[in-house]
Amino acid sequence: MIILEKQNTFKAVFKAAFPHTIPVMTGYLFIGIAFGVMYAEKGYNFIWAGIMSLTVYAGSGQYLAVDFFDYAVSLLQVVFLTFMVNVRHVFYGLSLLERFKHAKKFKPYLVFSLTDETYSLYFLTKTPEGMNEGKFLFALSILDQSYWIIGSIIGSVAGTLIPFDSTGIDFAMTALFLVILTEQWLTSKNHFPAVVGVICSVLCLLLFGKDSFVLPSMICILSILLAFKKSPINKHEETEKGAEKK
Amino acid sequence: MSNLPVSFWRSVIIIALVALTTFATRAIPFILFPDGKEIPKTVQYLGKVLPAAVIGMLVVYCFKSATPMQFPFALPELIAGAVVVLLHIWKRNNLLSIGVGTVLYMILVQYVFV
Repeated sequence: MIILEKQNTFKAVFKAAFPHTIPVMTGYLFIGIAFGVMYAEKGYNFIWAGIMSLTVYAGSGQYLAVDFFDYAVSLLQVVFLTFMVNVRHVFYGLSLLERFKHAKKFKPYLVFSLTDETYSLYFLTKTPEGMNEGKFLFALSILDQSYWIIGSIIGSVAGTLIPFDSTGIDFAMTALFLVILTEQWLTSKNHFPAVVGVICSVLCLLLFGKDSFVLPSMICILSILLAFKKSPINKHEETEKGAEKK
Repeated sequence: MSNLPVSFWRSVIIIALVALTTFATRAIPFILFPDGKEIPKTVQYLGKVLPAAVIGMLVVYCFKSATPMQFPFALPELIAGAVVVLLHIWKRNNLLSIGVGTVLYMILVQYVFV
């Protein structure tokens, strides 16, 4: 019991969580900087960038939002476009219902901070034995958000001081997802969901164009996964057992 | 503050709206299935298979602005992307794969394919 409590101090939990967040740190510092630079070019200083990263906390959402600071964009459009670019988050919650069930007081923050990268991290990381899961996930997510805030402030300050060509820096995010997809592919036996995800999205991208393919992709992915729930090519039960053995 | 593209208060309202809407998209599933309520079997199944499918979708999402039909024919994305995957299969080091891929991509779009 004493050991358990010792293991669950905030210090111990953060120490266990930190190494897992290093890839997100790299990505977030880069793309946070890129956001800060873009937002500074628009006329908003580091205080604005920091507040936005604190309250909104969304990669592509904040990139898109930079264009909202213009009288040509109505407030209704702001809500609609933000919803469209973030609608994929609905998926994340669905797969974390069980895991967040016992997070108690940490739950509101865990829901608020559910970004693509943090979500992917939950999916890659297992809570160490004996550690409070809610607390561990809280540590992961608060570390991630701190990188994001720091990155956007650095970008905002640097962007106004040193002219720096950050073109292409947002590839850090793409690289992070590619790494997670590769890792997922190498460790899982069931490749059906990943293949469905890629194929549906590519088809919808070709059909609906880059600005409106996310929602159709989600519907397509959901329908196919539901239709193939019991199919032998979709060996989800087996994967689950394999993962437990590891 | 006079150099802002829109007024101070309009800026505040925009940030508040973006923050609330983003939070809503994240909170919807938890509002639909609150703690204590039995999660249907189908939703449990989706919880198992969705993560991999979503990561697949996110990768495509990141490549959405590539232009395969015109210059530079999505080559920077394809080259840097392939390097990330191969390097990762070889070394299994997250930082290395992401760092090398990003720097390579920046060089490709800034100096090679211009």
